[in-house]
Order: sequence, then structure tokens, then C-alpha cells
Amino acid sequence: MRAFGYTVAESPADAVRIAAGTPNSAFVAGGTDLLNLMRDGAQSHDHLVDLNHLDLARIDMDATTLRIGALARMRQVAEHPEVRREFPVLSQALLASASPQVRVMAAIGGNLLQRTRCGYFRDAGSACNKRVPGSGCPAISGHNRGHAILGGSEHCIATHPSDLAVALTALDATVHLLGPDGGRAVPVADFHLLPGSTPQRETVLRQGELITRVDVPRTRAATRSRYLKLRDRASFEFAVVSVAAALRLDGRTVGDVRLAFGGVGTRPWRDTGVEAALRGRELTEAAVSAAGRVLVRDAVPRDGNGFKVELVQRALVSVLGELGGVR
Amino acid sequence: MTHDPVPERSAHTRRTVLKSTAVAAAGTVAAANLTSVAAAEPVRTVAGGGPVEITLSVNGQRRRVVVEPRVTLLDALRERLGLTGTKKGCDRGECGACTVLVDGERIKSCLTLAVMRQDTEITTVEGLARGERLHPVQAAFIRHDAFQCGGCTPGQIMSAVACIDEGHAGSEAEIREWMSGNLCRCAAYQNIVAAVADAAKEVRR
Repeated sequence: MRAFGYTVAESPADAVRIAAGTPNSAFVAGGTDLLNLMRDGAQSHDHLVDLNHLDLARIDMDATTLRIGALARMRQVAEHPEVRREFPVLSQALLASASPQVRVMAAIGGNLLQRTRCGYFRDAGSACNKRVPGSGCPAISGHNRGHAILGGSEHCIATHPSDLAVALTALDATVHLLGPDGGRAVPVADFHLLPGSTPQRETVLRQGELITRVDVPRTRAATRSRYLKLRDRASFEFAVVSVAAALRLDGRTVGDVRLAFGGVGTRPWRDTGVEAALRGRELTEAAVSAAGRVLVRDAVPRDGNGFKVELVQRALVSVLGELGGVR
Repeated sequence: MTHDPVPERSAHTRRTVLKSTAVAAAGTVAAANLTSVAAAEPVRTVAGGGPVEITLSVNGQRRRVVVEPRVTLLDALRERLGLTGTKKGCDRGECGACTVLVDGERIKSCLTLAVMRQDTEITTVEGLARGERLHPVQAAFIRHDAFQCGGCTPGQIMSAVACIDEGHAGSEAEIREWMSGNLCRCAAYQNIVAAVADAAKEVRR
């Protein structure tokens, strides 16, 4: 790891001021992804701004909203009684992520900002448009079993690795930001960017801008929600395919359904067309299968990841079947 | 111990942030070869990335150590403080051999910087036994022959201490899930799981 300077931020405004005024700086909270990126040469910074002393770790819920401070750790959120009761999909997505040790360390803000596990991106010796714009994407014709079938471009087909982001996307969460010019709020579905011709730009964050909080609206559907993660081993592994689902049934009819998918898209994947195909219909396996076909209508499978087209549809049938008691 | 760091002057600046916890843990189990130091202000900024003297609280001892900001907690423990019980396996958070407790919770010490852990209480495998009396998890690992080469063992033991403390050792399946951040290249998992289950019973007694 190259040498870098270090400053402990005393307040969110202090953190933003230091980061905005220090060239090539980065925030560090858990550090669980950042340190590996810096070791591997996938990222390099001259200065780290330590956020761990900021008062941004609280988790509160009122009548309408769950508010998760950006410095709340994965473990805290996963084990929070109100999160478990009102938002099971959030707790499940977190508990299916990483390892117990990393969940103690890693903060919610950083979880949203973790970077792709694409092997070409992580290997400083490979070309990668995300790491070195214009250098090419070896994944498109190379090892792409883990890559996206939705949302890719000729420049990048890397998936976003966060399980939490998938769950938050399904739940219509909002990311609160503080920057040099003040605060703003961004729907989580708009927070991550499609790669297009600029895969090096992954989020809407500007230099010096800090995630302060994530708000999640309370809904009846959220209380009946589930995260299904399919992976190559039983634990401590990234998703091959995942589904976050929240469902409200009126009798046998789908009153409300929220769906997001991991492992298949270049960002946490939400397609409201899939939900529209289900809303107001009786929840049957045939209806869910039809909705699944909507999801993959524009899929672009590659040599190694074509199996995901079928797998994600089966995962959807499975998770909604379980939530809705279809089988 | 011959390689205890000699505190040296370096080009860092400090902010005067006094922590009320600064002397809390000093003075227990004073081993003669460890340098116990009085309260020192945590270092809050290091301008150039050069070496800086900080204080870490490890196994009840306050220890001065000179590190660059880029030095991980793992390297500070092993290379600077001579606490080589904590192992460096993958050095990227995947194997768990470097697991230590920070304020009672388990973390991977290769994924955090020493400068980020100045205000915490760190426990390594060297801090588990009480004199000659092994921690129940250590004793259970011996009873169950829960290791072969031993490279992962300190990390397994530290993780198991936390796993039991968290209440995640209720069944074999639960132990396997909650110990999944610790890999064993000898695949001694069967005996590790048995040791954790056995130790959990003993700790609960």
C-alpha cells in the first residue's frame, strides 16, 4: 500500500470540508473494501479522512420511516429488533453478506460504495475501463460467469456486489448526502449509475460528498419481505443471483409488490415493469413466471453467464412462492 | 522483547482531544517486558503519511507504537509489538487468521488501520489465558484436537470466543454459519465445530 496521510474528522461538515479541500482523498469508515482496493492498486489515495468518530451511527424508526445512520455497522442493523420485525429483507440481506467479522466493521454508507468483485477490475495488471478508462473490458469475451446480463454496455458488464443495496432498492430507500454545497437526498435506485461509456463513474456522489443516512419508508409490504441469495457456497460468498422481495396480498391478489435483483445487473436491479406485471393479479406460479419473462426481456447473456437468465426467473418464482404461500 | 519500538520524533501534528478512557485499562497483568505507558492523546492527523507514535491498548496494556497511517492493526501487532499469536494468512479479509477482539467484538485486523484503533481495547489470543489457566475455548480446542497445522487456530479461537458471546453457538449448523469467516486449510472443521459447541456449554455453565 502506498503511503498516505490521515485525519480524523470531528463532524460531518468537518469531514466534507477536509475531503473537498484535500486532493485525491477518500473517506474511510470500516475500511473493509477500501484497504483491499488500495493494496491491489485498484484505488490509490494520498489522504484518508476517518469518519469513525462522527455521530452518524444511530438507527431510529418512527411512524413512517426507518432512519439508518451511515456509520451504523452491518451487524447493528441486521440485529436491530425493529429492522428484523418491520424489514426482514434488510436483516436477511445483511446476514447473508460477508462474514461475522466484516459485519462488525463495515458501515452502511461504505456498503453502498463497495466496488465490483470483477476479477479484471481488482487485478491492476488487467485492462479495465472502470479502473483505467479506455483500456478495454476483457470480461466481455473473457471470464464472465459472475457478470451482468442486464444494464451492461460495450465498456463494462461488472455487477454491483452489495446485497444490502438490492434490499434497499426494493424498499424505495433514500440516500441522504452532505456535500460542500449542502445536503441533498437521492432515491437509492438513482444512486448507482449504469456504466454506459463512463463505467469509472459508479454513483452520483461528487468529490467530498458524504453519505450521512439512509431512510427506508415503512410499508405493509416491507413487513412481509424476504431476501433469497443464491451463491457458489453456503456462506461467506457473493451472490450469483439474488432477489429482494416485499409483498402485500389482498386475499390472493397482489396488492403491492417490490422487487430488486442482485448478481444480474450492473447496478442493484429494479424493473417496475416486473412489478406491474404482478400488481392486481392473483399470485399464481403462472403469473410470477410471466413477470420473470418481463425481467429478462432485454437480457444480454455472455459465454459464461447465460445460465443466469433462467436462474433469476426461478429465484423469483421461489421467493414469491414462499412469501405468498403459493406452494 | 528486543524489538519494542523506541518512540521517535516525527513530523506529525496533534490535536488536543483528550479521551476520558485514556487510562482506563492501564495497570492490569503487568508483564515485565511490556512497556506500560501513561495517558497519551490520540493522534488525530498525520499530514504526510510518515511514521507517527500512537498508543494502542492491547490485552490490558497500553503500548506505544510507531506506525505509518498505512500500517494495518495486524502488522502493528505482529511486527511492531511482537504479538505474533495473531496470524497473517491472506492479508485481505478472506481467511480470518488475523481475527482479534476490539471492544469485545471480533474483527479482521488486516482490514483496519492501527491509527483507527487508538481509542479501543484490543484483545489478541495472547490475552485470553489467565496466567496458566487457559480460556475455556482454548482448552476445548486442545480436548477436541481442533487443529492440524495451527495456522488458523488463533483466529478460530478468537472468532469462537465472540461467536459464543454473541449467542451463535446453539447448534452445529449455527456454529458453521457464524464461524464461516474463518477458513482452515487443513479442513479440521469437524473438530473445530465440536470444540466450539463444547466450549459454549462450559461458558454458559
